[in-house]
Amino acid sequence: MQLVLEKRAERSNTIALISPLIAIGLTIVTMVILFAILGKNPLLALHAYFIAPLTDGYSLQEIAVKATPLVMIAIGLSLCYLANAWNIGAEGQFLIGAVAGSWVAVKTQGTDAGAWVLPVMLVLAAVAGALYALIPAICKVKFGASEILTSLMLVYVADLFLDYLVRGPWRDPHGFNFPTTAEFDPVATVPLLIEGGRLHLGSIIALLVVAAVAILLGRTIKGFEIRVVGAAPRAARFGGFNSNQLIILTFAVSGALAGLAGIIEVAGPVGHLQPGISPGYGFTAIIVAFLGRLNPLGILIAGLFLALTFIGGEQAQIAMKIPLDVTKVFQGILLFYVLACDSLILYRFKLVFPNRQVARGTG
Amino acid sequence: MRKSLLALAAGLLIAGSVSAASAADKLKVGFIYLGPIGDLGWTYQHDLARQALVKELGDKIETTYLENVPEGPDAERAIEQLVRAGNKLIFTTSFGYMDPTLKVAKKYPNVHFEHSTGYKRDKNMSTYSAKWYQGRYIQGLIAAKMSKSGVLGYIGSFPIPEVVSGINATVLAAQTINPNIKVKIIWANTWFDPGKEADAAKALIDQGADVIMQHTDSPAAMQIASERGKFAFGQDSEMIKFGPKTQLTSILDTWGPYYIARVKAELDGTWKSEDTWGGLDSHMFAMAPYTNMPDDVKKMAEDAQAAITAGKLHPFKCPVVGQDGKPVECKGGANLDDGQILGMNFYVKGIDDKLPGK
Repeated sequence: MQLVLEKRAERSNTIALISPLIAIGLTIVTMVILFAILGKNPLLALHAYFIAPLTDGYSLQEIAVKATPLVMIAIGLSLCYLANAWNIGAEGQFLIGAVAGSWVAVKTQGTDAGAWVLPVMLVLAAVAGALYALIPAICKVKFGASEILTSLMLVYVADLFLDYLVRGPWRDPHGFNFPTTAEFDPVATVPLLIEGGRLHLGSIIALLVVAAVAILLGRTIKGFEIRVVGAAPRAARFGGFNSNQLIILTFAVSGALAGLAGIIEVAGPVGHLQPGISPGYGFTAIIVAFLGRLNPLGILIAGLFLALTFIGGEQAQIAMKIPLDVTKVFQGILLFYVLACDSLILYRFKLVFPNRQVARGTG
Repeated sequence: MRKSLLALAAGLLIAGSVSAASAADKLKVGFIYLGPIGDLGWTYQHDLARQALVKELGDKIETTYLENVPEGPDAERAIEQLVRAGNKLIFTTSFGYMDPTLKVAKKYPNVHFEHSTGYKRDKNMSTYSAKWYQGRYIQGLIAAKMSKSGVLGYIGSFPIPEVVSGINATVLAAQTINPNIKVKIIWANTWFDPGKEADAAKALIDQGADVIMQHTDSPAAMQIASERGKFAFGQDSEMIKFGPKTQLTSILDTWGPYYIARVKAELDGTWKSEDTWGGLDSHMFAMAPYTNMPDDVKKMAEDAQAAITAGKLHPFKCPVVGQDGKPVECKGGANLDDGQILGMNFYVKGIDDKLPGK
């Protein structure tokens, strides 16, 4: 008797709907076992991870703050991935956006510049992110260079460029040589939504982006084009859709969103430009994009959920002394189950009873 | 079945809140760590100090730490999480937590903060650091004695004043033994990256260095020096097990006495915002045993240590001559003053290199 995966005749919509729930269920079961092995009370641990952060306003704000860059970047990436364009370099576009926007903030520092500063920073960051993303896109279209490699390698270029700026020309003159710019002026800072909190205007912008892309994909010809080029390139060609043009477009949009996320993070929660402004947002966003099934609403939920695991992980570390590594294991297990369960959309388990005679003959 | 499970859950939650109540009588002390604790290095030394604190005052306090907190947008949240969990005294143990700590400190005036190696303070935020350049001076003396080639290899992390003053102290000391001493400097641009640190050590040895010094955190350079039969100094922790025949000494971070003193002050209600920059005399750091060197070198190192501890020897005794050949303004009377050392942004004469960003 053998257990094999057999391809389904068509994709199962029921499984597609319930597969994330199965994945979360399996994750929880696995975590309960893991907590028990660690000698921690599983119910209290799950409470610290999932319930406690949702029960007070402070944690909810923090979840939104953490999810904001993830969602914004992932939305852009989903457009690329839907169109079969593999932008892996959102991290670099994020950093370049942060640098471009910070340029305005640094140059206007202490000059009593008006309220125009922040809007200009945001626009410049988006433009810079888009232009930076166009480098791999154009290399792909013109020379056939793998956009996966070029976009990834440009991450390091952006990282080192930022590093150079804050160690050299933009270094805070009163900062004892430490690699950071001075704190931005209030006009160059993203406004807070709640006095004394951390929730900022960026979260609203992220929601608007989600809505705009949902409309683009669901209601417009361009959105239809993106989906067709990704799902059925041959059909798209016969339909007269230009896939090269779409690579350029989706890369530019995702670069712009990543750049925007970058400046919002720098001019918002961080308050100045420094190395390490991104704890890997551009890469985590790839996970968020797929966890959300490349669907705008799904990405919003996935981003919030991943943010919840970060905040909950910290609270579990504080309340139950559960090591940070367990949080990472937890995130890994979740991804594993999500991907594993997704295979059930296209495949199903089947028990096979091999013919004994044949088995003997070959065995 | 379902009912009993719910009852069990409720029972556990109640049990949890009861134990939380009994812990509320104790002073809660929180720590933010840059790295994972591991078994050596910067964060490990802070955690050793935390353990010493628990050993000393464990019946009066409860400690909590968050490890691997990046010095970016997440830091402020992590610190605030500790505040919200009831911690009244919080140690943030890396330079990059400076602005986040200050932000949270302004928001919670009744909570006290201790920030390591920074320069911004507030009425509820102290800073603390150590005069490691004193230890570097001793290392410079040893290195000049032990080097046959007259070339020292120095792995720098970032060209910030703490590291620059360490390089200068090393060179000034070495010049008292060998006026023609050379130092090769490689900037790793990281605090911890065994691969890069090992590459730097190899490159330095290939350039003729036979004593390797480091301002980075991993034992990689020690291991390379050991493989190549050269000498090296450890950093932050005891690293002798990575080079039993290689390590000359190591600067050990010993935060324990400071942490205990500050927590006692908090318990007594006498905690005040202060700027502590302690040296060998106040035990903010210590030197590992002097090993793998002849007795006369060992004696010289011990004498220098005693002289520095007693305040008789100052590594930055005037005149300190810069690379341009001109003596640096002497603001501290006989020595450079603390401000000049804390903001040090020049190389002394004899370093054949250019300070990055200058």
